[in-house]
Amino acid sequence: MIFLDNLINGLSLGSIYAIIALGYTMVYGIAKMLNFAHGDVIMVGAYVAFCGLQYWGLPPVVAILASMAICTVLGITIEGLAYRPLRQAASLAVLITAIGMSYLLQNVALMIWGANPKSFPPTFINSTTFRLGQLRVSSATVITILANIVIMVSLTLFTAKTKMGKAMRCVSEDRGAAELMGINVNRTISVTFAIGSALAAIAGVLLCSSYPILQPTTGSMPGIKAFTAAVFGGIGSIPGAMLGGVLLGVIEIFGKAYISTELGDAIVFAVLIVVLLVKPTGLLGKPVREKV
Amino acid sequence: MKKLFAMMLVVCMLLTGAAALADEPITLRVAHIGPTTGAAALYGLATLHGAEVAVAELNASDSPYHIELINEDDEHNVEKVINAYNAALDAGAQMILGTTTSKPCEAAGAQGYTDRVFFLTPSASAPAVTEDKDNVFQICFNDPNQGLASAQYIADHNLGTKIAVIYNNADVYSTGIRDTFVAEAANKGLEIVSETTFTDETTDFSVQVADAQNNGAEIVFLPMYYTPASLILKIAANKDYHPVFFGVDGMDGILSVDGFDTSLAEGVMLLTPFVASASDEKTVNFVTKYQEAYGETPIQFAADAYDGIYILAAAAEKAGITAEMEPEEVCDLMIAAMQEIAVEGLTGSMTWDESGAVSKTPMAATIINGEYVFE
Repeated sequence: MIFLDNLINGLSLGSIYAIIALGYTMVYGIAKMLNFAHGDVIMVGAYVAFCGLQYWGLPPVVAILASMAICTVLGITIEGLAYRPLRQAASLAVLITAIGMSYLLQNVALMIWGANPKSFPPTFINSTTFRLGQLRVSSATVITILANIVIMVSLTLFTAKTKMGKAMRCVSEDRGAAELMGINVNRTISVTFAIGSALAAIAGVLLCSSYPILQPTTGSMPGIKAFTAAVFGGIGSIPGAMLGGVLLGVIEIFGKAYISTELGDAIVFAVLIVVLLVKPTGLLGKPVREKV
Repeated sequence: MKKLFAMMLVVCMLLTGAAALADEPITLRVAHIGPTTGAAALYGLATLHGAEVAVAELNASDSPYHIELINEDDEHNVEKVINAYNAALDAGAQMILGTTTSKPCEAAGAQGYTDRVFFLTPSASAPAVTEDKDNVFQICFNDPNQGLASAQYIADHNLGTKIAVIYNNADVYSTGIRDTFVAEAANKGLEIVSETTFTDETTDFSVQVADAQNNGAEIVFLPMYYTPASLILKIAANKDYHPVFFGVDGMDGILSVDGFDTSLAEGVMLLTPFVASASDEKTVNFVTKYQEAYGETPIQFAADAYDGIYILAAAAEKAGITAEMEPEEVCDLMIAAMQEIAVEGLTGSMTWDESGAVSKTPMAATIINGEYVFE
């Protein structure tokens, strides 16, 4: 029973990591850059939803849609202002810009919403607890896991079937060739950021529904864990992000429950190191052949 | 006749001198240092505002000492606190009311020990704040005393015997209280059935709460600030687990978190010397003025800092501090005076010994209908 309880907690935490990891992995797969500001877009998404619910009195669904819309605009703006001008620059320059963007977002949030933590109000997402015998499962857990599955399936279908999805895969494979074939690379990357940021808003709401404390730094640790999950699963791979996220959550909870609460995070990163030593491209990553 | 005249002259001079003293109070320059921005801003703003209320009161009274308050922000950061401390001295501060939080206070207090600057901290409660430093005094309990007092309170009031402890092992505040709590619990016949940890980055407390629940803890002791505590309360509610949660001064403030569902905190107890809803004259006076000025109900940190201003004025009077004295000179005089004074403040009757730690009786409040109440 305790095992099952831990497993469910792990799946719930892992699903949140997975949704965040999808954002990292999509942007990396297509734009070949690490968007370290992704965790902070999650925080902004959560704050917008918080304002919608707490101050503007919006119904939860509208608040979430508003949060997605604002994050989408934010994602496109960040990409257009900070990353697009650096498209031809060294990847290190883009990486540092992304880290700078992350701090910028945190400090702007600090300015707008202040340092006092906010408590995310209860919504339909976390209002009920299901009972299965002795087991108690919060509706937030169920919704998070379901949302994760729905998002992964729709993203996979989107990249496989739609025109824009195909364009994304082309850009991912060979940006120069894609451009020669008449694909608008800038627009494709913008759309990638838009989708990633909308997902970030959903992740922010789900994160704060399960763990209802909201601060300007709320996104940073889950962001780092999710980035780890994306690398763990094989960065660039959508099912990989899902698998990596869920495994990371389960390992974290099991490590804390059965080994030591003091070593929970250390265990997570130790597992990552072992996996990368054995399989450097991550669990589902594609090996990259270097042509000489 | 000449002699008599001379004596009268002397008496006159003394009288006018005394009159001049009473007419023109001495203005002390006191620097408040605390995190008025950043993650711990709730505490820093509380101590600043509490001190401001006391300063306004003091300066309007006929007290022989008035205070000019200088404020410096340390952002709850051990590097920035040194800048804040230097800025305070540059601005002419003679003594420090601060710092608000423990880690920065350790750093600034040590620098003050070298430079000979007097510190009176309202709320930094780690033992390291006063350890090996004669220049730092505390208004709140230090952590060992908070853990000790909590265990005593729980045993004396028969709240339960099976106890779970969840603490932040990355934080001196949390580990300090936990250590003495666990030691004193053994003396008092309390059984620790579950002990789990977390760090500043932890968001998921399901394992810690489940461990307490599965081991049948009747009391969950939470030596931590309110942010993680609110997550623990939420998880416990999800799991239908309703023990007595017992917190320390860091729990104070949980009810003012924006959007917090206060029903989660119903029945939570915390060790605190101050409750804003208490009906004694001093509390009512302070709370009314604080609410008028800042539109908020003061937390314990504000009350501590309010007392701090009066303690500084009392000690300065005892020591005979003047406005011209340099911080080095003030420091030694204040250290001696602190051990002689007894202050009847908002937060209790206080005396100090040479260690810098305060002595006062522990009190615990319970959260009932979204209010802190003394039972």
